[in-house]
Amino acid sequence: MTIDLVLFFGLALIAVVAAIAMIASRNAVYSALFLVFNFLTVATLYLLLNAAFIAVVQITVYAGAIMVLFLFVIMLLGTERESIGGRIRWQMPLAIILGLALAVELAYVLLRNDIVQDSLVELSVEFGSPASIGRVLFSEYLVPFEVTSILLLVAMIGAIVITRKQRRENK
Amino acid sequence: MNIPPDYVLTLSGILFALGVIGVLIRRNAIVIFMSIELMLNSANLALIAFARSLAPAQEALRGHVFVFFVIAVAAAEVAVGLALIVAIFRSKESIDVDEVSSLRG
Repeated sequence: MTIDLVLFFGLALIAVVAAIAMIASRNAVYSALFLVFNFLTVATLYLLLNAAFIAVVQITVYAGAIMVLFLFVIMLLGTERESIGGRIRWQMPLAIILGLALAVELAYVLLRNDIVQDSLVELSVEFGSPASIGRVLFSEYLVPFEVTSILLLVAMIGAIVITRKQRRENK
Repeated sequence: MNIPPDYVLTLSGILFALGVIGVLIRRNAIVIFMSIELMLNSANLALIAFARSLAPAQEALRGHVFVFFVIAVAAAEVAVGLALIVAIFRSKESIDVDEVSSLRG
């Protein structure tokens, strides 16, 4: 119990610091790398919460594929630097104050809720394994799973069309 | 492994609020997009925490399946969103969201 809590608080601290560093760093490449760090920390948290399959999917899809796409676009456009000072002067302090208020309220409400039970049952390794999730995915959720493939196809076509049309207009 | 789900939910709330702050204070469109990914990720964390709290029941696996679908949708969203950002950069030579205010395309 205690070693789990130590692990959790360590991971939580790393995740929050990585998220703060992501939104605070001026260079977009550093932001992307801090976000990868945050995703890896959250994947470790998934492992602590008996979600082995989701942890692996998180690392391969999020920290791997999606963030590589982000880094690729940042380096393709060469816009990693950001000018300091926006058009609305009071926007940043106001956003930080309101965001911190939201964080405090969310944390308070979620800490004192009654929707989750505190006493957890010890689980077998079977729970959340690829086999058990695959069984649910291909029986109960077969239609949504197939629809996901159509969604990915449409996204791919959409990405190609959006970038191609622009090129034709430039000529 | 025994972490109280309350704590995990709280962490996900804090990460979500940090994503909101990122969207509000940054003007680089790619960083705003990354902050949105942070918020999606914190929602996934909350779903996994709920699944863990309902755990021995077989229905709890639905939380994991839902997270799987959210990740798939996020992948599709990133592909289209980054294509949009590239298209905006081609016409504006900038991805600063302050510059994209003319509605002329």
